[in-house]
Amino acid sequence: MINTQHLIICEHCDCVYEKVVLAKHQKTLCVRCGGVLQRFNGLTIEQRLALTFTAAMLWLFANFYPVMSISLKGMKNSATLWDSVLALSQGPITFIAMVAAIAIIIAPAFQLVLLVWVLSFALGLRRAPGFNLCMRWLETLRPWSMLEVCLLGAMVAVFKLAGLLDVLPGIGLFALAVLSLMMIRIAGRDIRELWDIL
Amino acid sequence: MKRPPTASELNLCLCHSCGLACDMTDEPHQCPRCDAPLHRRKTNSLTRTWAYMLAALVFYIPANLLPVMNTVMLGNGADSTIMSGVLEFWEAGAWDIALIIFIASIAVPGVKFVALTLLLVTVQRNSDWARKERSKLYRFVELIGYWSMLDVLVVALVAALVKFQALGDIEPRPGILFFGLVVVFTMLAAMSFDPRLIWDKATSDTVSDAAPPAAPATDGAAPDPTGA
Repeated sequence: MINTQHLIICEHCDCVYEKVVLAKHQKTLCVRCGGVLQRFNGLTIEQRLALTFTAAMLWLFANFYPVMSISLKGMKNSATLWDSVLALSQGPITFIAMVAAIAIIIAPAFQLVLLVWVLSFALGLRRAPGFNLCMRWLETLRPWSMLEVCLLGAMVAVFKLAGLLDVLPGIGLFALAVLSLMMIRIAGRDIRELWDIL
Repeated sequence: MKRPPTASELNLCLCHSCGLACDMTDEPHQCPRCDAPLHRRKTNSLTRTWAYMLAALVFYIPANLLPVMNTVMLGNGADSTIMSGVLEFWEAGAWDIALIIFIASIAVPGVKFVALTLLLVTVQRNSDWARKERSKLYRFVELIGYWSMLDVLVVALVAALVKFQALGDIEPRPGILFFGLVVVFTMLAAMSFDPRLIWDKATSDTVSDAAPPAAPATDGAAPDPTGA
């Protein structure tokens, strides 16, 4: 086996480069296809773990408080994320409820659990038990976690209903807004750096 | 133009899970670092992409023709499709919301079908036309991938909220199932396509001998090899 740790392969055109150390705001691009090879990562393990705990709290708020509530002629109703998944599960369209549940509740929850597990051990510069499996799952889950889409959807829903009745955004919506932005930062591709550090 | 050597020329293979450049001299089936399965190219990339995309295209028809939700307000019920929802906002003067829904629900899947077909056909013809631009196109398709889920989530939220029996009630309809399937299948299609196939038959450039260091660049600035 030759040592290949210092090499980096462009995933879009297969070109091979040597890794370089990046300064703030820098990134490296492939000269052939223009794809991003490396991006500067400004988060230390401690910072990332702290942000993950914050995000986990926000996940609880986003899931247990109503995203919004409406009132019509004195009657009130509110819905959480889980309520909206249940609303899809009636009748012959149950499959799409499962997709929605994965996209807005289950995938983000698993990402957070895996991050807390992996990063807690990384704090002591150790690989967590099942490190390989956890890291592979973080890669698999990423495209199916759609919180930012859910945020835009909730805002469209506010406008859609505002014409018919009174709409009041809830705590869940604000938690969702912050959570979706944080997930982009903490669960991004740069988590792969752990492979080199540990 | 001089280009760096490719992984296949150096007998290396990129691990898609952890990004390690794996040495392929012993033909390992798993990445030595993270145990993920190794493939020089994604398995049956073109066939799978065609299959997922055609499936999505079939579902795209009922997704647009069938109603996605049913609104009952003060006893009057009406089915609405994706397009009628867009028109409703447009006529009410909310052109910005109409535009968001139109882009996410109708334009994005449409662009994905056209872009993926273009990528598949040009790769199958070994075309050397606009390779760099096609790479960019693929990255764009990957980026816009899941935004079409927007309408599914809007219908879910609205249906969960408006539950006032005869006074007002909103229910999801089968169109939304097909719509969700279009999103899932176009995402799977984009994931199965291997963008390296665009470059595999490229012969025009000359190869430099060793892997050069990646040149760092600050956004918008010229490459700065000192890394300062």
